[in-house]
Amino acid sequence: MGTKSKPRYSKRTIRESLSMGMLAIPGILLLLVFNYAPMFGIVIAFKNYKPLKGILGSDWCGLDNFKFFFTSQDAFRTIRNTMCYNIAFIVFGTVASVSLALLFYHLHSRKAMKAYNTVIIMPKFLSAVILSFLVEIFLHYRFGLFNQIIKALGGAAIDWYTKPSAWPFILTIVKMWGSVGVSSMIFYASLMSLDGGLIEAAQLDGANKPQQIWHVMLPHLIPVIVIQTIINIGQLFSGDFGLFYQVPQNKGILYPTTDIINTYTFRALQDGNFARSAAVGLAQSAAGLVMVVTTNKIIKRISPENAMF
Amino acid sequence: MKKKKNKGQIVLHMVFLVLMAVYILPILVLIASSFTDETALIQNGYSLIPSVFSMEAYETAFRNPMKMILAYGVNIFYTIAATALSTLVIALLAYPLSRDTFIWRKQLNFFVYFTMLFSGGLVPSYLLIRNILHMDDTIWVYIVPCLVSAYNVLIVRTSYWAIPNELVEAAKIDGARELYICFRIIIPLSKASIASVSFLYMVDRWNDWMTSMLYIRNPDLYSLQYLLQKLLREAEALKNYAAAGDASAVMPAETLRFAMALVAAGPVLMVFPFFQKYFTKGMTLGGVKG
Repeated sequence: MGTKSKPRYSKRTIRESLSMGMLAIPGILLLLVFNYAPMFGIVIAFKNYKPLKGILGSDWCGLDNFKFFFTSQDAFRTIRNTMCYNIAFIVFGTVASVSLALLFYHLHSRKAMKAYNTVIIMPKFLSAVILSFLVEIFLHYRFGLFNQIIKALGGAAIDWYTKPSAWPFILTIVKMWGSVGVSSMIFYASLMSLDGGLIEAAQLDGANKPQQIWHVMLPHLIPVIVIQTIINIGQLFSGDFGLFYQVPQNKGILYPTTDIINTYTFRALQDGNFARSAAVGLAQSAAGLVMVVTTNKIIKRISPENAMF
Repeated sequence: MKKKKNKGQIVLHMVFLVLMAVYILPILVLIASSFTDETALIQNGYSLIPSVFSMEAYETAFRNPMKMILAYGVNIFYTIAATALSTLVIALLAYPLSRDTFIWRKQLNFFVYFTMLFSGGLVPSYLLIRNILHMDDTIWVYIVPCLVSAYNVLIVRTSYWAIPNELVEAAKIDGARELYICFRIIIPLSKASIASVSFLYMVDRWNDWMTSMLYIRNPDLYSLQYLLQKLLREAEALKNYAAAGDASAVMPAETLRFAMALVAAGPVLMVFPFFQKYFTKGMTLGGVKG
């Protein structure tokens, strides 16, 4: 290979490539304007941005915007929240969606499986705003179902929307409710490729259901679980803005447990702190890039066909 | 043995029925609350069955039908326009990426892929759209900035790969050009995959609220979901909507919010079970190598 000179393309190949390239032009232009141009806009993170002076006209201020964030107490809080929620989502999400996939796998009736599946992926089609409505049905101080039950049992109603300590649980449950349906399908698809002969052999050896699950099905799923987990770890610093902004209804008193990097940058933008918001966003993007590239390297080593690049 | 198996299946179905309840009950309470009389709801709280049935919330929601038609119109227009354009742009961009004979394939692939790895973030995009392109407060801001998702491009490209190369080779022997192959062979044969990507994109557009929150100040251009968010959070917005020029009108504030939630979520909830085949496909396609 190494001795071969650079391939010379025939006129026809070049002509055909040009005409194929034409097809890509609208997409390339859109990506240039809306994805690449903003990448140069990150210089604003290093500037003392004044709207009247514009991005280029504003004065440089080095790392001041980063310093402002990383020395504030918000930095610790938002980074901790972002990471801890993601870790909780990975752990509980994997357990829940693998269990769900196993339940689906054991259903004999295809029709029932389809019907159940339709219902369980339904949250995928609800906007975060609707999700916040559904959560409020349970948590509303006066009318909510939880407080109705608590009061019926003789307890005192709880004001959930002023109680930060409850939200790690609430948000994790809501996230699971919303996402296990879709993520279980990846594991289900993998189970469908499991060789039925293996299970029959286990049955002949006298293995009961739990033993079959433990010794045959779970080992079959482990590669997929590992890959999915690594991919999710790559997203450790990114957050589901809709979930964290809409469901706690952006209530300041809940920020200690609900504020993540994405909601923080959004509020900074809303307050007009463009440069600070951009600095935090850039730090998040850079950390995300490092995480994804690293996790992809790991995946490439253990399972090249699942590597993204 | 057979009997034991049936017993296991029954237990399994019971587990699933409980799960179904966890998913369906909140929606049912939402529906029931929208049909409950306002005073009864304030007295008894939310419930599965309306204690006093009432259509008042819907009457209020549709009191000014033009307002509702406008809100729906904005959503329908930008959702359809964005989905149609995005499908076209993505189907075309994915084609050269899928062909070995495209000599700049590596470069283009990196160009598309890199946008998934790194982004300028919220602020630069915001300043670009507002201060440079001046797209804020226009309907185009819902459509143009989000047309190309690199992830969707890579999914469609992967589905092009699934088409047997012999088909392309045979067409080439017959003298077909690349453009002909793209439009007459590859895209028609990938219809199902393209459709599933488009359906998911369409749902995302329909459910969009952030674009309005960031860029839209004219209430006539609010998306349905953002209108709903405002009704949920701001008593003032609710009053403005319900009164609709008639300030003396009584307003069932609580139940109206639920009626509006159903009005906004209803179309998607009613349509998606019929296209589930495509949705399921679109969601599992993501697991395929990009």
